[in-house]
Amino acid sequence: MAKRAAPEVNAGSMADIAFLLLIFFLVTTTIETDRGISRKLPPIPEENIEPPIIKQKNIFTVIVNRDNQLLVEDELMQLPNLRQAAVEFLDNGGGIGEEACDYCQGPRDPGSSDNPEKAIISLVNDRKTEYRTYISVQNELVAAYNQLRNREAQRLYGMDFLEMESRYNDPSFRGDKETLKERIDVVQAMYPQKLSEAEPKN
Amino acid sequence: MAKFTKKKSGELPAVNTASLPDIVFMLLFFFMVATVMRQNTLMIQNQLPFADQVEKLDKKDLVMYIYAGKPSPRYQQKFGTEARIQLNDKFADVSDVQKFIYAERESKREELIPYLTTALKVDVETNMGLVSDIKQELRKAEALKINYTTRIGEVGKN
Repeated sequence: MAKRAAPEVNAGSMADIAFLLLIFFLVTTTIETDRGISRKLPPIPEENIEPPIIKQKNIFTVIVNRDNQLLVEDELMQLPNLRQAAVEFLDNGGGIGEEACDYCQGPRDPGSSDNPEKAIISLVNDRKTEYRTYISVQNELVAAYNQLRNREAQRLYGMDFLEMESRYNDPSFRGDKETLKERIDVVQAMYPQKLSEAEPKN
Repeated sequence: MAKFTKKKSGELPAVNTASLPDIVFMLLFFFMVATVMRQNTLMIQNQLPFADQVEKLDKKDLVMYIYAGKPSPRYQQKFGTEARIQLNDKFADVSDVQKFIYAERESKREELIPYLTTALKVDVETNMGLVSDIKQELRKAEALKINYTTRIGEVGKN
């Protein structure tokens, strides 16, 4: 057989093929990071450690039953009101003398929490509670803490607490991270997140 | 008409498109590299709840994913409609969570282990009983940093 030069392949449609692939990857790409509510679980307590005694007035009990209804401090409550109720409890500042809270703006009701450092939110679920309700409740309680922390950060440093945190976690932030960390710690100490979760009943 | 055809020398030359495939290929490779394919094939229904007090979960290599929810319709015949846990590509029991955490830790560099976070991707309809069981197992395995993965939106949409 006589040797013949192979005809050149027409590469004119290469661009079309590449475009097709490009569009496929463009459509399927999702450059997104997951977001969510971060929490820290308590470590398993060691044996024979007596739980500390806490005054009843410093505990804000939130109970969610199997029908996803909320019982807050022995009263039925709707979810949209939970945030405000939690803020009022945390910010109450009913303590006197050593336990007084000079930055609280709450009603200073002696029957509610002494100061934010002592105030504990206790969340009790039923095993049949739906996850969506649980997340909503968690979200509202975290929002209550964030609202108070934002307020204090605004008052002291003229900046939102969440803004401070996001700057601190931003690796490209060129400011003074040391002072920022100190300020974050100050605000966190003013309203420490004390959210206790009991193991579900039933 | 002859007038028009004669005018050829005055026209602009056509833009050379020979390098167009190269440019497109460059873009293509960028997107191919940047695309993250889903690591796990979901075998469960996974509709995440809404929340607005969220934090970003950066550094994907430091996250362990635990999924939970009802099995997808095509697995329901075999596994029923009761909510299940999914680890990697398999359905798992509550007792497997600890083993999974240890296996994940084993695969990471030692200095990174304290930064590991567990992301819980739980379907909205799941009962808290299962979630609490998972949390209890995580406490036993001392994987205390967790993140409830959510979508962003008002809680009223839940």
